[in-house]
Amino acid sequence: MTLSVRSLATVLLFVGLLLLPLYVQATGDRFLLTLFTRIVILALAAVSLNLILGFGGMMSFGHAAYLGIGGYAVGMLAHEGIVSGLVQWPVALAASALFALVVGALSLRTRGVYFIMITLAFAQMAYYVVSGIARYGGDDGLTIYKRSQFGAWLDLSNKVVFYYVCLALLMATVYLVWRLVNSRFGMVIQGARSNETRMRAIGFPTYRYKLVCFVIAGTLGGLAGALLANHNEFVSPSTMYWTRSGDLIVMVVLGGMGSAAGPVFGAVALLVLEEVLSRITEYWPIILGPLLLLIVLFARGGIDGLLAATRWPARKKAPL
Amino acid sequence: MTALLQVDRLAKRFGGIVATDDLVFEVAEGELHAVIGPNGAGKTTLIAQLSGQLTADSGSIRFAGTDITRVPAWRRSHLGLARSFQITSLFPDLSALDNVALAVQAHAGHSFHFWRKASLETGLRQPARAALEEVGLAHRADARASLLSHGEHRLLELAMALAGDPRLLLLDEPMAGLGPDESARMVDMLRRLKSRYTILLVEHDMEAVFALADRITVLVYGRVIASGAPDAIRADAQVREAYLGEDGDV
Repeated sequence: MTLSVRSLATVLLFVGLLLLPLYVQATGDRFLLTLFTRIVILALAAVSLNLILGFGGMMSFGHAAYLGIGGYAVGMLAHEGIVSGLVQWPVALAASALFALVVGALSLRTRGVYFIMITLAFAQMAYYVVSGIARYGGDDGLTIYKRSQFGAWLDLSNKVVFYYVCLALLMATVYLVWRLVNSRFGMVIQGARSNETRMRAIGFPTYRYKLVCFVIAGTLGGLAGALLANHNEFVSPSTMYWTRSGDLIVMVVLGGMGSAAGPVFGAVALLVLEEVLSRITEYWPIILGPLLLLIVLFARGGIDGLLAATRWPARKKAPL
Repeated sequence: MTALLQVDRLAKRFGGIVATDDLVFEVAEGELHAVIGPNGAGKTTLIAQLSGQLTADSGSIRFAGTDITRVPAWRRSHLGLARSFQITSLFPDLSALDNVALAVQAHAGHSFHFWRKASLETGLRQPARAALEEVGLAHRADARASLLSHGEHRLLELAMALAGDPRLLLLDEPMAGLGPDESARMVDMLRRLKSRYTILLVEHDMEAVFALADRITVLVYGRVIASGAPDAIRADAQVREAYLGEDGDV
């Protein structure tokens, strides 16, 4: 049995991400580490979004809200002098889960455009709420003077350590999503995407499964938010602005919705392209936009779909 | 004989159209009860109300002694009501076996199992294989549902309905779109199934209906105009006039 092109590409991607700090060490290009820390964190958010969007068919247009909620949980607690990650991170996850529970409970009763609009509206509401809290910086955002503290054995202010923490959490999330979507739970989620009427007819109360899925995705989004706040040492309302939700959707669609690791390709491709193109011209969206359009039109499974469709060249059989 | 399903003065309107008009009828335990009627008689609307996709405006439905008029579709399935769809309604991206395995899973406790790979669970795969075997689709188990022929889709529909081990099968035109050979095979299949299941069959194929049914109910514009044994229905003047046509040779 040979490794498929898709599996090999996935392995290579993660090996590359694992080795990146060595390259940075060798070249001294610190910026690359910062860029890729951001990529890894946003990839985590995209992977969590794909759980509901790709596998569950729930077109959430408010996933950036969880980045903001996770981030503000860390920022607000730090502002009040609570810097322990063992408090901050669980609070970030719990707050995101709760928000997802409320949004999901209401939005999952609707379909299609209404679902999109409700998830968007909730995220924008969260945006305006934090914009209005003067104590935590309002519009200007909130500076975090100290990264989450995990004691002496894990120093997040070390950039390499922090990068590996983010990468480990990303890989754990991809694995988690992969297990989830293939489990009984995942079969219900995917069945509900494919044909919800039939799912109900054969005996599944689909609503509760979709809601749990929505909460899991939101919680993981909150984790990405806690990481992003630590990375930027800053959190502001713009973290959860609707265009950020759009970016996450682009990462998912570009990377491919068909696999747990697909959005990681999307996040890397989009953010690296953005970086490279913005160095060439300040009008980089003019190039990036059509590029994305081509991918959506001609590679419906995104990068992951292209990889899945690629076969190794057939080897000629040696004559006997 | 006790009635497994009792429908009492059931009514459903869509705007000005009366799809189900104070409908009264019963399905006895063990019988194959056919519902026939011209297009627009309200047969599919009836099935949808019985299985819970549509809620009746008034009237009641009792199943195995329980009032299920307001019970949601998924719970009716757990009470033992299984339906097939007139227009094939499957999970096109999944294999035939996965389709049936999902139907098995629906009746194998809750699905809040997050870790173990569902496709490796023999508790789901085995009964699913058996259901495919039952309808003669075992050889197509691993084919994607979207790649099956129309005839195979009809059989897969049936296998999914059987997978939950139902007390009452609601079959909505299982012969729809089948060629003569396939129809004949479906009739054989239903003949075998009727010894084990109570079946409510909605069907256009008169030959099939008269060959299979223990009792026939004739619907016209949402009303029952006749109900009885096949011979009685064949002889009923009102049925001949209203539905089968004056010179209908059944």
